[in-house]
Amino acid sequence: MAKHKTPLLDQLESGPWPSFVSDLKQQAEVRAKNKEKVEFQIPEDVVEDLLGILELSFKHGRTHWKHGGIVGVFGYGGGVIGRYCDQPEQFSGVAHFHTMRVNQPGGKFYTAEYLKQLCDLWDFRGSGITNMHGSTGDIIFLGTTTPQLEEIFYEMTHNYNQDLGGSGSNLRTPSDCIGQARCEYSCYDTQALCYHLTQEYQDELHRPAFPYKFKFKFDGCPNCCVASIARADMSFIGTWKDDIRIDQEAVQAYVGGEIAPNANDHSGRDWGAFDIQKEVCDLCPTECMWMEGDKLMIENKECNRCMHCINVMPRALRIGKETGLSILVGAKAPILDGAQMSSMLVPFVKAEEPYDEIKEVIEAIWDWWMEEGKNRERLGELMKRQGFQRLLEATGIAPDPRMVKEPRSNPYIFWKADEVPGGFERDIDEFRKYHQR
Amino acid sequence: MALDYEESKAKIVEKLQKKLKTKSKFYFNDLAKILEAKPREAKKVINRLVQEEILEYWSSGSTSLYGLKGTGKQAHAEDED
Ligand code: SF4
Ligand code: SF4
Repeated sequence: MAKHKTPLLDQLESGPWPSFVSDLKQQAEVRAKNKEKVEFQIPEDVVEDLLGILELSFKHGRTHWKHGGIVGVFGYGGGVIGRYCDQPEQFSGVAHFHTMRVNQPGGKFYTAEYLKQLCDLWDFRGSGITNMHGSTGDIIFLGTTTPQLEEIFYEMTHNYNQDLGGSGSNLRTPSDCIGQARCEYSCYDTQALCYHLTQEYQDELHRPAFPYKFKFKFDGCPNCCVASIARADMSFIGTWKDDIRIDQEAVQAYVGGEIAPNANDHSGRDWGAFDIQKEVCDLCPTECMWMEGDKLMIENKECNRCMHCINVMPRALRIGKETGLSILVGAKAPILDGAQMSSMLVPFVKAEEPYDEIKEVIEAIWDWWMEEGKNRERLGELMKRQGFQRLLEATGIAPDPRMVKEPRSNPYIFWKADEVPGGFERDIDEFRKYHQR
Repeated sequence: MALDYEESKAKIVEKLQKKLKTKSKFYFNDLAKILEAKPREAKKVINRLVQEEILEYWSSGSTSLYGLKGTGKQAHAEDED
């Protein structure tokens, strides 16, 4: 028998989709039965009360969670988010309901054993409810009490070799796509770079000193499986410098229907015979592909690495050999000022250890943003406020046509004295020789 | 020039105590301003003040603030002070 009646929540179970309400009810029952005889360290009815308070929030049309608090593990200013409810008498099981962020393994590779360990710990010392994964990629533990935090932290760091992730005004948990481990499109080793920078910037991850959050995301190619271009203050996106490699025989195999396009994706329906002109050449955004008889031609200097043709015919087309990454900056979700995609800052850099060139860019950006950024201003907003030009000055990067997104709308150019021959000072006598008063 | 720790500590404690009546949570930049230091320099001192439990963190989940240890209410929300 459910502890609280939840008629409003029950409606969320009625549609054709999976429902978190059903999941929570199931977890509430698992805890009530406790077949595995876990010695729960937080109230057994935490999930029941979570459902209860959510129902009440639906009824009142307002949240019953307070926003934030002083909780954390010693020495860390992130990774734990304090959550308290404002109805602790009625819902004592969720009086404290803190969140913990667990720094997910690179590429979200983990073994079943690793997951089981984490889940056992969380059943024992938390609510058992997880979120796989949060938008920064973390494994999120939802709901525990203050005394459990240090215990969980100790267990994770000492026995599971596992750290907490970032939250608050920290570097957030760096997140990467599966990269060269599994994906032939990957132009650099995303996991190596992600791991390297996670280690390098431990202080930034755990001790908040930024104006607001800051995210790194690493995508091995422009397909952007971790959405770095839309979500990260700094997006590291794999790219190549030379030509797309073409296997003309495989192109013919696609044309002849021997190989299914799109790696056999969308195969649930009959789309008719593959039409290379219509499905590849005509969809190339820069119109740089054409057929010359049986041969597929690409004008590589026009290609903007959109990945479309490679995605459609992966056996025939491959990324170039001279690979590296582009650094784009300033993306964010639409909290203030609307959503923003990141802008090109470094068109190409090789991704090789010890990644010094990349770290130089990162640190120059941080110096600028930490000094000039207003409280709660994301990098993308500072870029808008002070202008891209300031970002170039701060990073010492020379302007490049590849950074231009659109024709300028501002007709003025503000020159600085050192950009003008002779500066703004002039010799008035020399001037008067040619110009009368 | 590196900041003198004891001097910085005294400055921060004094300023924050003065403001206690109206405010118990401060942004990192407010603290750096009190120290009149660049953020990276200020961070070294502020980290140590947290280590020594003079300051403590407060977090909403998305933003982090600092306060004198024990002065903020544990369960306080962002707009309550
Ligand atoms: S972003 Fe590119 S390299 Fe990374 S997993 Fe996706 S397709 Fe592969
Ligand atoms: S990657 Fe995109 S832009 Fe480049 S050739 Fe293929 S379809 Fe055209």
